[in-house]
Amino acid sequence: MTKKLQNITSKIPAIVALLVIVLVWQLLCSFGIVPTYMLPSPIDVVKALFNDRAIIFDHAKISLSESLIGLGLGIFIAFVMATIMDYFKTLNLAFYPLLIITQTIPTIAIAPILVLWLGFGMAPKIALVMITTFFPIAVGLLDGYKSVDEDALRLMRAMGATKTQIFIHAKMPAALPHFFSGLKISASYAVVGAVVSEWLGGFEGLGVYMTRVKKAYAFDKMFAVIIVIVLISLLLMLVVNLIRRVVMPWEHVVQAERKRD
Amino acid sequence: MALLTAEHITKQYGSRTIIEDINIHLEKGEIVSLLGVSGSGKTTLFHVLSGLTEPQKGKVVLGGEDITGKPGRISYMLQKDLLFQHKKIIDNVSLPLVLKGVKKEEARAKASPYFAEFGLEGTQNQYPTQLSGGMRQRAALLRTYLSSTGVALLDEPFSALDTITKTSIQKWYLQVMQHIDLSTLFITHDIDEAILLSDRIYILSGQPGRISHEIVIREPKPRRDDFNLSPEFLEYKKDILSKLN
Repeated sequence: MTKKLQNITSKIPAIVALLVIVLVWQLLCSFGIVPTYMLPSPIDVVKALFNDRAIIFDHAKISLSESLIGLGLGIFIAFVMATIMDYFKTLNLAFYPLLIITQTIPTIAIAPILVLWLGFGMAPKIALVMITTFFPIAVGLLDGYKSVDEDALRLMRAMGATKTQIFIHAKMPAALPHFFSGLKISASYAVVGAVVSEWLGGFEGLGVYMTRVKKAYAFDKMFAVIIVIVLISLLLMLVVNLIRRVVMPWEHVVQAERKRD
Repeated sequence: MALLTAEHITKQYGSRTIIEDINIHLEKGEIVSLLGVSGSGKTTLFHVLSGLTEPQKGKVVLGGEDITGKPGRISYMLQKDLLFQHKKIIDNVSLPLVLKGVKKEEARAKASPYFAEFGLEGTQNQYPTQLSGGMRQRAALLRTYLSSTGVALLDEPFSALDTITKTSIQKWYLQVMQHIDLSTLFITHDIDEAILLSDRIYILSGQPGRISHEIVIREPKPRRDDFNLSPEFLEYKKDILSKLN
């Protein structure tokens, strides 16, 4: 009970800070210090969001499904690659530098190429989300696999464990915290990746909606979309945290013990 | 015939010979210590005995079977408890059974009865971080016991514990050993510990490491409470100290 209370009280400063910023923003607009055609007031944004909610919701569904499919594929590829690279040292040496290089390619730069290759449908968006989300997860897993104590591996071998058993009982669980840290970052990248690729062509999605309202100079609607994107990203991160809690029940115990010490 | 024998073991890493012509044996139910200064090759010998690495010369025989270079026969315990943080104590200790192909539930059922014997009652569903250092070593010893086929190698298992915990766990260890069927080879650099726990002590010295002496501790078990303060104890200690130098 007190713990729950602590959880709530620890969030108060952040909530207050957010409210103050929104309030200042509203006052700046209300007193005409910033012209409303450049910066719509929070109330205008909420109104725009409310009025266009049906359209925005439909577009959001498309962007969200692109994000989820892309993220799912990204996780799958990251898992397969990291695991194979961990099994075979030579492959690790061969591909790790390439992995880093792929990450330095700016998303914006490859998005148009993907559109040319894959058309204006969902495919290029999914591909882009996959490319951006796979890296943090793959690196997280690789580091996680390596984080197992050498003596623990030796002990496993002395107990007669096979390579696969060592993977299941020692490496995989040790990699989970790293995996989820990577996944949390990737989840927030996913939506942004989908929206960015929608800017460059397509018929549906929040990015398409954004380019349309931009052409109409409807700043309030643009801000409304931004809020929706932020909310979806937060929601995905929250889901990742919930899954983490379910998959790693021991983590809570460990943290509680550390606090006690 | 001895339960475990190591015959003429020589192990080199590159051109460096770590241990040379080691001959030791372990009888059923015995506690035998390997005493030696750091760098005398104690841990290397354990790696050979447990099958983690193959010696250049010699063989390891367990119950008549040549097990040189075959892991999974002799269990192994280290100074670090190496319990997996993500597994409950019951799953940590029954892991060796699971690795041998026993189903998880069955392995748990097999491990459960030993919790009382090892003083771990009530910790089954706790995670390792919830236990004290001494309790974790008990759990590690139970895991070692469950993975063994009667022989365990303990590599300085109590050396990371504080003195008070160490004394109590040593006493507890001797007690447990009376009830379970486990023969142990014990690495230590603590002379007192070696005398207190062992039936026999091998002294490993030199470079490359060789067995220089074998000392039999003729003190009945269970050992009396003040054995470590008795004149006999000091005699053994004096003798060992002179042989170590």
